Amino acid sequence: MKKQLNNIFLAVAALCLLAAPAVQAGTIKVGAIFAVTGPASFLGGPEARTARMVVDEINKKGGINGDKIELIVKDSGGSPEKAISFAKQLIEEDKVLAIIGPSTSGESMKIKKIAEQGRTPLISCGAAEVIVNPVARYVFKTPQKDSFAVRKIYGEMQKMGIRKIAVVAGNTGFGKAGKGQLIKIAPEYGIEIVAAETYDKKATDLSALVAKLMANKDIQAVVNWSIVPAQAIIAKNMRQAGWKVPLFQSHGFGNIKYVQAAGAAAEGIIFPAGRLLVAESLPDTDPQKKLLLKYKKDYESHYHEAASTFGGHAYDAMTILAAAIEKGGNDRDKVRDAIENLKNFPGTGGVFSFSPEDHNGLDISSFVMLTVKNGKFALYQGK
Amino acid sequence: MTADLFFQYLFAGITYGIMYAIVAIGFNIIYNTTGIINFAQGEFVMLGGMIAISLLHVMPLPLAITGAVVLTMLVGALIEILFIRWLDNPSVLRMIIITIGLSILIREAALHIWGESIRSLPYFNGNEITTVTLGPVRVSPQVFWVIGVCGVIVLLLSLFFRMTPLGREMRACAANRRAAVLCGINARNMVTFSFMLSAGIGALAGCVMSPITYTQYDSGTPLAIKGFTVAILGGLGNSMGAVAAGILLGIIEAYSISFVPLAFQDAISITILLVILFVRPHGLFGSGETARLKEF
Repeated sequence: MKKQLNNIFLAVAALCLLAAPAVQAGTIKVGAIFAVTGPASFLGGPEARTARMVVDEINKKGGINGDKIELIVKDSGGSPEKAISFAKQLIEEDKVLAIIGPSTSGESMKIKKIAEQGRTPLISCGAAEVIVNPVARYVFKTPQKDSFAVRKIYGEMQKMGIRKIAVVAGNTGFGKAGKGQLIKIAPEYGIEIVAAETYDKKATDLSALVAKLMANKDIQAVVNWSIVPAQAIIAKNMRQAGWKVPLFQSHGFGNIKYVQAAGAAAEGIIFPAGRLLVAESLPDTDPQKKLLLKYKKDYESHYHEAASTFGGHAYDAMTILAAAIEKGGNDRDKVRDAIENLKNFPGTGGVFSFSPEDHNGLDISSFVMLTVKNGKFALYQGK
Repeated sequence: MTADLFFQYLFAGITYGIMYAIVAIGFNIIYNTTGIINFAQGEFVMLGGMIAISLLHVMPLPLAITGAVVLTMLVGALIEILFIRWLDNPSVLRMIIITIGLSILIREAALHIWGESIRSLPYFNGNEITTVTLGPVRVSPQVFWVIGVCGVIVLLLSLFFRMTPLGREMRACAANRRAAVLCGINARNMVTFSFMLSAGIGALAGCVMSPITYTQYDSGTPLAIKGFTVAILGGLGNSMGAVAAGILLGIIEAYSISFVPLAFQDAISITILLVILFVRPHGLFGSGETARLKEF
């Protein structure tokens, strides 16, 4: 019996050897987990396309220190379960140097531990603060923290003299995390949340919700926190109902497709976002301007669709990783150290300065307040 | 609740309800001729919207919608001919599983063709913020398009099934397929035709709804679930029942948000579906006696 087991073990081991692809000299494997399909596909789609574009560009230039990058993209469909098995596969079977992604906060939280145990650097594109707070040794993230977005919105409300607001959010990880932050931070700014509602991520019409909120005459502004098409739907339903209070959205609104979807109803929406969306109107002295314009031009000429801040998160993840590989080579721990020591690195989301305590590397100035003017994003100048 | 709010909810509910009803009617047509539920019905709705949006780049809106309806009908016919027609005496269960498989297939194909981004047709009248004021409520003109199209569909369908020879032949197949075949009716053609008809109606619904709900590669499934609930609630095969049940469900959903959190909206419709299946499986407006004569 024991011998038989041994034989089976040997056979399996032999199979594993056969199955392991021969690593070419001079190739560095990088894994990517993005929600290319499914409900978060508007995040994962641009992210996967951007990562491919960046890697192609690096390889065309001869790679990093002569080593080519091999990018292995896995489509998680936005499902945490799939993200977990892909993360294990990438770390244990493909033996990648590092992983970029996943697209959503929920998935990132699920694989945080796996990256930590596998001692593999993970640069997440999820927005929630919990990904890097508390800090995990191997886990980084590129999108701005959602608490910055909340503070930016509340700061603007203070200036406008708004004190009583309604909060609506989608029932996704992003919506829940954002709603939590909105409720937690509100007292600091003297803002009272008089109504809070959650809608289904597949909601197709919110006119009944708008009617309910509109009946509450105390509400001076509405904050919507979601990454789903309902962002455009709530804007439409509010304007159709003739409700004139300002509508604030999260940084999830930073995709011109939602503006197009909401059409005339998108006019005047106020939301925080990275500078990518208004790259052209930035002053020339801005450290990000050159890079933002280059990314925008490259992405739009490659894929014939407007660049979004979400693709930008993958751009940042990949360029940060490339900069770290340049220093650390094909070694997981050295690359991790290199990321942590990266300072004043301009990306699409802001200027990154990582430290052992801060694995996001951005501050609140990475956000600017934007609005929609004539169907285009514009810097919000206040009223 | 103030009177204004009451009417706002009412109109919101009617809007939801009519949309569910059109999807339910598509279920009913195929059920009426084949006795099966086509779970790819929601995908026809999505296809109609998507094709019309693509065609809009090269032709005006009315033509694009017509084109989308015709193309989706072809897809419906193709599906039936490729996957269902050649089956000899398929069981109900087998047919249902085939249609579920087809719905996944269509969804994946749409993902490859159109990608994951959301799209929509422009509003037929005015734009996103145009409204018509009806007393205390403001309603988007698109809502009237949806209601109008639904009304016309129901009217034409009931005339079609009652007055035309083709419609009668389709009903004969549903009542007793073998007897219909013995009378010289080509039952297989009738099934193909019912798939085309329901695909066409689904596509038209997809077009008029698109400005309100947006269209995405996976927007068909949630609609199909609601449509199925409404079809059951109204009594399978009963188009008028579907409209009444649709409006009823829509209104319940709309009013429910003043009592329970909005996220429970879907739980409510699923609960209603379960209760109906347990208590009155032939639906609110169906007759128990006819239901007992049917296979499913």
